[in-house]
Amino acid sequence: MSILIDQNTKVVTQGITGKTGAFHTRLCRDYANGKACFVAGVNPNKAGENFEGIPIFGGVKEAKERTGATVSVIYVPPPFAASAIDEAVDAGLDLVICITEGVPVRDMIATRKRMEGKKTLLIGPNCPGVITPDEIKIGIMPGHIHKKGRIGVVSRSGTLTYEAVGQLMELGLGQSTCVGIGGDPVNGLKHIDVMKMFNSDPDTDAVIMVGEIGGDDEETCARWIKENMKKPVVGFIAGVTAPPGKRMGHAGAIISGGKGTAQEKLAVMEACGIKVTRNPAEMGKLLKSVL
Amino acid sequence: MNIHEYQGKEILRRYGVATPRGYPCFSVAEADEAARKLGGKVWVVKAQIHAGGRGKGGGVKVAKSLDDVHQFASTILGMTLVTHQTGPEGRLVKRLLVEEGADIRKELYVGMVVDRATQRVTLIASSEGGMEIEEVAAHAPEKIHKVAIDPVDGLSDSQADGISRKIGVPEAALAQARAFMHGLYRAFVECDASLAEINPLILTGEGKVLALDAKFNFDSNALFRHPDIVAMRDLDEEDPAEIEASKFDLSYISLNGNIGCLVNGAGLAMATMDTIKLFGAEPANFLDVGGGATTQKVTEAFKLMLKNPAVKGILVNIFGGIMRCDTIAEGVIAAAREVKLGVPLVVRMKGTNEDVGKRLLKASGLPIISADNMADAAQKIVAAVNAQGTAAT
Repeated sequence: MSILIDQNTKVVTQGITGKTGAFHTRLCRDYANGKACFVAGVNPNKAGENFEGIPIFGGVKEAKERTGATVSVIYVPPPFAASAIDEAVDAGLDLVICITEGVPVRDMIATRKRMEGKKTLLIGPNCPGVITPDEIKIGIMPGHIHKKGRIGVVSRSGTLTYEAVGQLMELGLGQSTCVGIGGDPVNGLKHIDVMKMFNSDPDTDAVIMVGEIGGDDEETCARWIKENMKKPVVGFIAGVTAPPGKRMGHAGAIISGGKGTAQEKLAVMEACGIKVTRNPAEMGKLLKSVL
Repeated sequence: MNIHEYQGKEILRRYGVATPRGYPCFSVAEADEAARKLGGKVWVVKAQIHAGGRGKGGGVKVAKSLDDVHQFASTILGMTLVTHQTGPEGRLVKRLLVEEGADIRKELYVGMVVDRATQRVTLIASSEGGMEIEEVAAHAPEKIHKVAIDPVDGLSDSQADGISRKIGVPEAALAQARAFMHGLYRAFVECDASLAEINPLILTGEGKVLALDAKFNFDSNALFRHPDIVAMRDLDEEDPAEIEASKFDLSYISLNGNIGCLVNGAGLAMATMDTIKLFGAEPANFLDVGGGATTQKVTEAFKLMLKNPAVKGILVNIFGGIMRCDTIAEGVIAAAREVKLGVPLVVRMKGTNEDVGKRLLKASGLPIISADNMADAAQKIVAAVNAQGTAAT
């Protein structure tokens, strides 16, 4: 098992014909069982055509009905990304993974409101996606740096997630699933939601949680871990050196009103029994030490 | 993106939010003229910079005569205003706001932010206006009131009145305060703001509700639909290095240390900075070259870092995923040659074609120090910079 996605997942790609969508669809299709997983694309202007053999439909609903897709991945440009999420939610998909970076916050507030009471889960926007190694990769992460194993990874950042995976690999530790939840302030699944899934996953033994400055998602997750988590968790928070009031690349990575500092997050995590490191080169080693 | 107070007030007026009358001024003559146009007996001369704490720093003065206005405008225009938000170097004042004086009976606080936990715009209000809300939060958190606004229903009258009563708005002024908050919310949403602060919002002797200050930040991801707000951008208030970086689609922030760092990905860039600090030095910048780091982008990134005279060494940390390490290595070599690099350079590359990349760096003949992991890289650059310092003395 794994969480969220596996080799039997059927995926519809929204924005399959754009430059980014086309590039990453090829890499995803070529990874592990990708050929059987990436079953549909969406582009209202190219319905009936195909993308290198993957049929293109006019809408998500039709793609779902015709192919059995239950998960969508979104690469459409920022001004249209939130309505692409809306479309996937309205089609009743199980999971939507929005890779697009730069979606206006106001659009996401409206989309999250529309999602209330619906079954669809959202990951992102502004995220690398999700990978269950050696089964399926949905998103822009490099597939070949991963291998199947029993460590869960959840992170707000892209390359820092790859860094954590790289360190695990050097120690011979594979991953059950790696989830990039994204760096935006208003998004879908948070650390806590993914942590709950790892806790219930019989194939995950331990979790690396990578956070960054801004908001209090890591603190919320840490408190939940203290009360509920049955598996060891180790953590790192990026941004000890980040100055207040400056947006550090990600829209969500900002210390405002004295809140959301790395020190504060690390302190709460430690108080909740999570082993943390202040040295990002040692995330893998720390994880190994708790197994 | 930030704007000036006078621009914030222009936006507020568009949405029916009451503010004192006033004019932006770029010279003392314009300030004199503004005061005459406004009439009355009391004026306020306010420095316009993108930083708070202007009053304490001497950038806000109450004038009781036209001579006063002239005098204050002459002093404030061109002064280097130092506040707790400008840093010790301060900010040069190039614009003023001259306003009619207000009869302040009570100072309140009203702000709006996007709350990540509720995923809604949240109205924050306090009876303690005129001081920093962070201070109030620390010393009297019970005096801060919040209400999350439903994005479909908007701010309701009962929410507005409820919070107004909590912060001590008298019954007679409730309707005005309600209109004020509705206007502020509409401005916030329609302009894609990420933060709005009215501090203070005042009750005047005549019972009026006025925005005495206005601070707005906007969601830079939404600026494409607001050319009018983009036009309010004041480049003088921004770091020239950050402006230059944005031209090349580089995400750059100047910091106070002496080790430049070039990294792909925001999270990894922050982690790299943290590692430099962990090993006893300070980063000179945050620099995310993004996913598609071409030779040109890497070269521009090097030029940018080296414009900072404080930079005594550079650390490159790249996780090559989709982007291959040999491509990055070629970019680094070309950049180092073009800028005739004179400071130590440590490169740590990990991922696709890592070995090819390392070979290229070695074969280049350039004095590039190679590192195996982030900690190794940070230790090596800190050591190289320290050694250089010792050699020079």
